[in-house]
Amino acid sequence: MKYRVLIGKPGLDGHDRGAKFIARALRDAGFEVIYTGIRRTPAEIAAAAVQEDVAAVGLSSMSGAHLRLFPAVVDALAQAGANDIPVLGGGIIPAQDVETMRKAGIRAIFTPGTPVETIISAFTEACKQQRGHEVK
Amino acid sequence: MKGDPTIDRLLQRLHGGDPRALARAITLVEDQQPEAAQLLAGLDRKRIEDVLVFGLTGPPGAGKSTLTGALITALRKRDYRVGIIAIDPSSPISGGALLGDRIRMMEHALDREVVVRSMATRGRLGGLCASAGAAARIMAASGCRVVILETVGIGQSEMDIVRLADLTALVLAPGFGDDIQAMKAGILEVADLLVVNKADQPGSGKLQLEMATVFADPKEREERICATVANEGTGVATLLDRIFTLEREFRSNDQLQARRKRSFQLETLDWAVEIVKADLQGKLKTTTFTSTEPRQAAMELVKGIGKGI
Repeated sequence: MKYRVLIGKPGLDGHDRGAKFIARALRDAGFEVIYTGIRRTPAEIAAAAVQEDVAAVGLSSMSGAHLRLFPAVVDALAQAGANDIPVLGGGIIPAQDVETMRKAGIRAIFTPGTPVETIISAFTEACKQQRGHEVK
Repeated sequence: MKGDPTIDRLLQRLHGGDPRALARAITLVEDQQPEAAQLLAGLDRKRIEDVLVFGLTGPPGAGKSTLTGALITALRKRDYRVGIIAIDPSSPISGGALLGDRIRMMEHALDREVVVRSMATRGRLGGLCASAGAAARIMAASGCRVVILETVGIGQSEMDIVRLADLTALVLAPGFGDDIQAMKAGILEVADLLVVNKADQPGSGKLQLEMATVFADPKEREERICATVANEGTGVATLLDRIFTLEREFRSNDQLQARRKRSFQLETLDWAVEIVKADLQGKLKTTTFTSTEPRQAAMELVKGIGKGI
């Protein structure tokens, strides 16, 4: 059994190096990572998350649109009947936005310089909680 | 055996085409949960009978995912619901996997009649056939007319996947050189259709000529080789016509039935091995072997297995 997660980039931002880095790091930590690429709408990301039955969704944003786009993905998941799937996000996100994002339902926010181990363990915890059991 | 009511509800939603129920059902099977048996037994047999499971295989970079995306477009134009199972290898070291085939199919992400599922090989020699075959039947039961099984066409497990399909196409592209020579020996023999993708690129004519040597009969050559430019959609409608023509042929001459019998055996064996393996792994820890030679120890290990099943 494996944890399946989705890594995606909502909006028009094409800077995908961070997203790909996280996708590879999660793969190397034993996750099955569905990567949906750049320039996706929140609804597309939610639909893919449902079809792939992922335990968590990870979003990356470098362009400053996170305040609008990350909560939009949370909403899109709820509309797709999947508000139990946690959303985690990272990228160029100012410290003062972190609390706003948390309140908007983003489970964790990773700002530049976050150690990759922190990110992996946050995903592991989120998946464990969503699935209701631990997976090796 | 009394059925679990949660599974009955899941089945009901799944037969109604609910995307969440469908996805959850595949996970149950893929993770080999005990509920999977009841779930699979409750699937709509008529829909499974009517589905076409189409295998698409070929070397990395030949354009399988792009062609799958183009086939989805063509199938949706004919108003068919379609399922896609995209299989990629798991890392042998971490056990993780990076599954990116979806990127080429994202234009269909919001279409509820297109069901895409990425699947990792999870390092199993067998097991994968059981998961992929069951996933195809789950998609069929949800109303899919066609299920496309997309996989990298190298290695034994991929060959087994190909055998699961009712009908298989091998996708090639110009510029692969010796790879194609190597593939000719194995997979060309099981492919029903040969697709030369990226047919607008240099070397395509030569590749089509090479492919032509596979078929002796000129009529068959004409019917079994297709040229496509998947990212432009060129040749895809013709390919789809050929697929459905072959399906009709296979249904009328009982070839489809023969292939389903073969895939039934393959999957059954796969499930059996999975079940016995768990039993053996348990026994392995508690057995004191008289022999230090694994070949002999294995004989001791298999003695009396399956008693507890």
